[in-house]
Amino acid sequence: MAKVLDNPRPTLKERAAQIGQQLQGSQAWNSIFRPGSIFRKGYTDSPRNRSYVIMNSVLYHLHPVKVKRHAVKVSYTLCLGGLSFFLFILLTVTGIFLMFFYRPTGANAWQDIQTLQTSVTFGLLVRNMHRWSAHLMVLSVFLHMARVFYHGAYKPPREFNWVIGVVLLTLTLLLSFTGYLLPWDQLALWAVTVGTNMMGYSPVIGSQVRFVLLGGVEIGSETLLRWYVLHVLMLPFVIVIFMAIHFWRVRKDGGISGPL
Amino acid sequence: MTEIPEHLLKRAQAAREKAAGAASGDAAPAGDRIPDALLDRTKAAGAGATLVAAAPAAGLPVGAGPGGHTQRLLTVVKSGSIQEAKAAPVDKVHTWPHLLAVEFVASLALISFLFVFSWIVNAPLLKAADFNKTPNPSKAPWYFLGLQELLTMFHPMIAGVTLPGVGVLALMLTPYLDRNPSNKPEDRKFITSMMTLFLMFWAVLVIIGSFFRGPGFNFTFPWRDGIFFEL
Repeated sequence: MAKVLDNPRPTLKERAAQIGQQLQGSQAWNSIFRPGSIFRKGYTDSPRNRSYVIMNSVLYHLHPVKVKRHAVKVSYTLCLGGLSFFLFILLTVTGIFLMFFYRPTGANAWQDIQTLQTSVTFGLLVRNMHRWSAHLMVLSVFLHMARVFYHGAYKPPREFNWVIGVVLLTLTLLLSFTGYLLPWDQLALWAVTVGTNMMGYSPVIGSQVRFVLLGGVEIGSETLLRWYVLHVLMLPFVIVIFMAIHFWRVRKDGGISGPL
Repeated sequence: MTEIPEHLLKRAQAAREKAAGAASGDAAPAGDRIPDALLDRTKAAGAGATLVAAAPAAGLPVGAGPGGHTQRLLTVVKSGSIQEAKAAPVDKVHTWPHLLAVEFVASLALISFLFVFSWIVNAPLLKAADFNKTPNPSKAPWYFLGLQELLTMFHPMIAGVTLPGVGVLALMLTPYLDRNPSNKPEDRKFITSMMTLFLMFWAVLVIIGSFFRGPGFNFTFPWRDGIFFEL
């Protein structure tokens, strides 16, 4: 009897803690999370470990180990650049989901969206998120540009990064515009008709540009396929390259600008 | 292993002999080579003397270089260049947790907003595309409605190509045209008002194009005829 009292059965909480300890002490766990990781057993808050969190993470080392104190104030950047990037990631994830249910042909496109909304689990929600994120990204990139301008952050040594930024704004608009056609409903068709008619007025090469973009003289199934490829493959590929240069230059040009 | 060429071995041997001979020959007067005057000066000045160029003592005989300049090695290096900090210290904080925490909260807030908004508001899906039925009005996506608005005023080549082209080009060239080095708002009144005008110009055009254009893209009031706008 006394022996039982000395060794009571471990509670669920104690068992969970023990399993957690074992897991965090295992070789596999320690090989995944590098020294200083906040997921490691025994992370202590020290300047050294704070540096390791950034240095030992492939994602976080977009950032330097230390940043200017004024740069972490939300009121300075309003997080607009970061949120634009976050929206891009969100759009990629939701976009991949949508690709599973969509065929870019005149005969199938609209019906596929309809089926997605009515028969696919979370289909409507994910489509909504994709569309609203896209509009929000255009807005946030635009506001990011305004913020950078009013802080004078395009001044030397950051001139070239501003140019990259304008390219990114243009690419964002093109991504949004190419995606606009894909539902293949009346809204998409005629909005794109209006948009591409404007391109046709480019001097000298106008009609050729329009022909290449539409895959014909009028919008049709070829246009849909072309814009689909542009939307899901080519423009994301190009924008990722420009984003990489943009982020890299932010650090090489001495981090965020200011303080004012 | 590579063999060492004979002429190099000979040269090394010769150098070794020369060094040995020089060491034995100079061994006796080596103590006299530092002049007394210099030793005294070092004693007098203490440790600080290495950084200070001392005035040459009168009648200093040995150690005079070409042109009569008397120098010691450390006096050649000016103190500023080795002591001066090149960069001004910057007030910095660790990215983790100060910045990452903010970013995490911001992304959480954004995704929650989008989730709730997408739950409540459905993206538009009109009837399937029909080439024979042109909706009235036909509008471009909202970010191009400023351009469509310009189309009502100018020739399409001006409104659809030239003006936006010039706009993008002007944006790209901004850092090269604005030569003002200051980033203080009070020093940049002209350029900030120009930019504000530019942004407001497009914002107003987009708002008019979105909400104040009805059938036939004619001017209308949204509170009178309703809104002809789909996102």
